[in-house]
Order: sequence, then structure tokens, then C-alpha cells
Amino acid sequence: MIAAAFDYAVADSIDDAIRLLGEGGDDAKLLAGGHSLLPLMKLRFASPSLLVDIGRIDGLRGVDTGGDSFRIGALTRHADLQDRRDMGLLAAAARKIADQQVRNRGTIGGSLANGDAAADLPAVLLAYGGSVTVRGADGEREIAAEDLFEGYLTTSIAAGEVLTEVRVPALAGYGHGYEKFNRRAEDWAMVGVSALVKASDGVCEDVRIGLTHMASVPLRAGAVEDALRGQPLDAEHIKAAAEHAAEGTEPTGDLNATPDYKRHLARVLCERALTTAAAA
Amino acid sequence: MGTTFPVQMTVNGESYASEVPPRLLLVHYLRDDLGLTGTHVGCDTSNCGACTCLLDGESVKSCTVLAVQADGADVTTIEGMAAPDGTLHPLQEGFWAQHGLQCGYCTPGMIMAAADLLARHGDGPITEADVRAGLDGNLCRCTGYQNIVKAVQAAAEAGRGVAA
Repeated sequence: MIAAAFDYAVADSIDDAIRLLGEGGDDAKLLAGGHSLLPLMKLRFASPSLLVDIGRIDGLRGVDTGGDSFRIGALTRHADLQDRRDMGLLAAAARKIADQQVRNRGTIGGSLANGDAAADLPAVLLAYGGSVTVRGADGEREIAAEDLFEGYLTTSIAAGEVLTEVRVPALAGYGHGYEKFNRRAEDWAMVGVSALVKASDGVCEDVRIGLTHMASVPLRAGAVEDALRGQPLDAEHIKAAAEHAAEGTEPTGDLNATPDYKRHLARVLCERALTTAAAA
Repeated sequence: MGTTFPVQMTVNGESYASEVPPRLLLVHYLRDDLGLTGTHVGCDTSNCGACTCLLDGESVKSCTVLAVQADGADVTTIEGMAAPDGTLHPLQEGFWAQHGLQCGYCTPGMIMAAADLLARHGDGPITEADVRAGLDGNLCRCTGYQNIVKAVQAAAEAGRGVAA
């Protein structure tokens, strides 16, 4: 399959990319790893007139671990994160993204800017309460995770803006668990659950849970969090809390799973992710 | 729209310079422009892994990389794995000795993905589970994978299983 013809420009800086995007108009798209965009272009679901390649911009790849948060350059690939022992949930999720070939190309900025509720990282960012930095012709702004994902494949990043950095809190003292259910490595998650748990003397002091593919946007499992916070972190209380995992969700059925099956998966995977997170 | 872009890349140790349209995929550049047909097109949707080659030493699905994105890169395809005198790479030797293929269509991609896996894994024995996880981006419709796993483990044991 061959994509529709497009024009191509290599950006040598973020400002250059913003300028090229502006000149390219509404049909111009940014290209980083290309592992969400190129398959869509080959299927002719997307036909941008111009691709602005930001993959060669210096300084956008790597992790800055200073302070109590991680600052991750937008071009940092999943492969750069998958073996980071210091990055907990984010590394665990990066390890489960598709396969090694995809992780060698796909970037954290590209995945978040694509805003796919079935992809791994959006719900992870939401669970962390992280944020992204975007820059446009009018300057730079930070968008909190809860304000980033607006609808199906739609984010609050404006057309002329470039996502430059991702920030997640280090959350020292939190255990994590990441569970995803799919048939093959390359498939999107039928359902995924990201869990972060802080324990204090066997009691849940704080818990944050992200749900993947349980609506058109990634969700927090607020009902589970409320049910578990302040409770003992034993099997009985975790199971009881996880029973709330499908509350407030709106999963759509597809070839792989009915809405009811997805609700069932959410409860089961939530219990497993919480159990792992509580044991850490 | 009809514009072409200059690309230069090193493929299997040889330097190539070409003018390509931006929509040309790396796999088509390798096969059609350079005549290196060992890299196969299977699903053409980044699922099956038949088109896997190494880009700057790391495995990629070349049906999902534009040739212009590989400008300046060092590419290794299956044709670059054996030594110049024809001595097989340990992974090729392993697939042969362990009967790791039947029709052979997935084999170049399997070997290139396995090269990345063994380079990441480093020295020492590699478990069956490690191999299965490391090759989960490559599909085989013939073998049931058993002998592919054995082939990669044999190459690892040969101790020289990293990319040529």
C-alpha cells in the first residue's frame, strides 16, 4: 500500500517546525516516528498535503530526572523507556507497547498527541496526573493530562502547536501495576489498566488508576480509587474496590470485544494491576 | 507534489545515494531501487514483521518507515548478515540447523528481529520465554514457532548472535 502523494520538509528546530506547520495550513501534519500516522496514510484514512519531519530536531529526545518529576523529550522512543528501572509505571507500559520494532520507532510525544484511547500511554499519563508542554506561534503552554484528551483521537493541542515535552511526577514510594489484554502484541488493547498505589502500614494512602479503551478518551477509575483509599491493601479489599472499575465508563463494542466483555475485563485487570501495585 | 528528495544511506556496508519521492517506503527502496529483495513485504500494515531490517542497529518494520526518514542511516538487511566469504551468521546457521523455517517467507524478518533481541539481551543463555517475547512482532504461519525459538537459542549459545 502506498500513501497518497504529499510534500515533505525536514524541520531543524521547534521554531522551524512551527513555521512550516503554519505555512502548510490545515492539511499539514507533524511526523515523528510515524507509527500511528504512516499506517493511516497507507490505508488512505489520512492524506496530509505536507509532512513536517521533526524526527531530526536536536534536544527533543531523552529523560531529565531532576527534582521530583521526569521531563521526557517528545521524541523519546518507547524503546528508550522500556528498560528504565527508575520510571515505574511508565516503563512497564512502554515495555508492553506493540513489539520491539514499533518501540524502536514510536515516540511518547507522538503517542500522546495522537490521543488514541486504545493506546497505552494516554491512560498512563492520566493516572500519573502528568502534563505535556506544547509550543506554537504564540508561545509555550502546559496542558494537564485531564485537559488533554477531548474526544475520539482529539486532543486540546491546537493545529499549529508542537508537543515538545512530557512531564510525569516521580511519585516516590508508589507501587505500580500495568495490565493489558489483547490477542496479539500488535493489537490495540481491548482494555488496559494502569495502577499506582501508595501504601502506609498496609493501608492504601493514595491510589490512581487509568483505564485504556473504556470510552472514546482515556479515563480515571474514580470509583475504584474512592473505594480503596484508606482501606487495607489485602486481597479482599482490592477485589471489592476493583468491582467498581466499569462505573462511569462507556466502552464501545468492536470485532474483538463486546461492551459487556470490556467491563468484565476492566474489573479483572483492575484487580490484577492493583494487586501488583500493592505488592511492590 | 512530484518533488523528489536526495537520500544517502549505507546498506550492508555500501553507500547509496538516490533521489526518492517522499512517499516511497524504505522496504520498496531496498527491494525496487537497490534490488535487495531479501526483505519481504508480508502484511504491509506493520503487523507481520516480514519486512524487518536494522536501522542504525535496531530492528524496524521497513513498511512503516519512509525512505527519506532513513536518510543518513546505516541499514542492515538479511543480505548483509553472512560474512563476505559466505560464512553464515550464527542466526542463519541456527535457523538452518534447527529447521527454523518451512516456506521461508518470514525468515529474513525473523532473523533481523532476533538480531535486535540478542543484541539487547547481551551475553548468556536466553530463555524460551525471552525469545517468544522478543519475537512477538513477527508472525509465522508454518512452523508453530517451536523451531524458530530453538534456532535463536542455538545462535545465542554460539555466543556470536549479535548483528554482523
